[in-house]
Amino acid sequence: MADATLDRRPAVAALLKDRGDLLVVTGLGSPSYDVHAAGDHPGNCYLWGAMGGAALVGLGLAQAQPSRTVLVITGDGEQLMGIGGLATIAIAKPKNLVLCVLDNGHFGETGMQRSHTGLGLDLAAVGRACGLAAETVTDMAGIEGIRSRLHERRDGPALFVVRVRAENVSRSLPARDAVYLKNRVRGSLGLPVS
Amino acid sequence: MSSAERASGAESAGGSGPSWPGEIYRVLKDAKVSHMSFVPDAGHTRLIELLAADPDVTTNVLTTEEEGIAIAAGAWLGGTRSVVLMQSSGVGNCINMLSLPAISRSPLLMLVTMRGEWAEFNPWQVPMGSATEPCLNAMGIRTFRAERIEDLVPMVGSAARLAYEADGQVAVLISQRLLGAKTW
Repeated sequence: MADATLDRRPAVAALLKDRGDLLVVTGLGSPSYDVHAAGDHPGNCYLWGAMGGAALVGLGLAQAQPSRTVLVITGDGEQLMGIGGLATIAIAKPKNLVLCVLDNGHFGETGMQRSHTGLGLDLAAVGRACGLAAETVTDMAGIEGIRSRLHERRDGPALFVVRVRAENVSRSLPARDAVYLKNRVRGSLGLPVS
Repeated sequence: MSSAERASGAESAGGSGPSWPGEIYRVLKDAKVSHMSFVPDAGHTRLIELLAADPDVTTNVLTTEEEGIAIAAGAWLGGTRSVVLMQSSGVGNCINMLSLPAISRSPLLMLVTMRGEWAEFNPWQVPMGSATEPCLNAMGIRTFRAERIEDLVPMVGSAARLAYEADGQVAVLISQRLLGAKTW
């Protein structure tokens, strides 16, 4: 993609800078590694499977924790598999949920096959058609715009499609034990873990 | 009200349908369920209405049933008890997403109305109806099958406890015989 100028690691690191009490759900593959590389945190729930489910885990968490902002960071392939979830989230209208799709136009984990976005689908336009506030971000100024949305406003679900370069960067592997990850998030929220 | 009284199977006071949907609603409220997601089925009509009308229950309409599995896991992450309503054909849509509650040992309560069995007229409902329980079991989801109204309500209460208190992944299958054949 001609307008894909962002490198994913610095983009995600900038997005999560001074994150405060942000809760973060990540889609399987590179987004999980990107968020882990930016600094592990008890408020991070990394998915290693359940493809298509990241934004919807975010929806459930946002509805359960209306006073906290929930950020879902996932990839274009993962969000495409759960594309109907954009409709469900738009109808549910959680004020505290922000979706950030790192769009490299490819299925990066499986050999860099081109995805629908790489073949021309405009995911932000799909989001807008569903009723989400949605925009495409192509530079670091846009990342700062997402940060202000995360920390200064809480006015309905938003979708940001962040165009990043199609490249496989070194893996930064978070814990894979889902019970541990679940209990860590719950513990950080003061919920029972046993 | 005792479980036995709840499971009367008598018509509701208004006479507008069976009483079990209202009884399941009470059981879910007693179990502190405050969140529901659904793809509709005719058999779930009344229960969906009751939960959706409750200002203390968050309700999500889904485009496909697997969304509800992910939403329920997220809700539990945030401390909320969620129930997912669907018909048996929707179980097939859920299979891979069931990995999430299974591997994270997150409570899951599914209420599944069955098609493709008792007096089914639509052959297209039969393959998934026949595969519903084996698919759930293959993914590690415990199933309770209600053939009789007097069993259904206590079964939902038992399943709710197993889910939310014992971190279980449970589906209650509401048989087509109990629901009555769909009329056309």
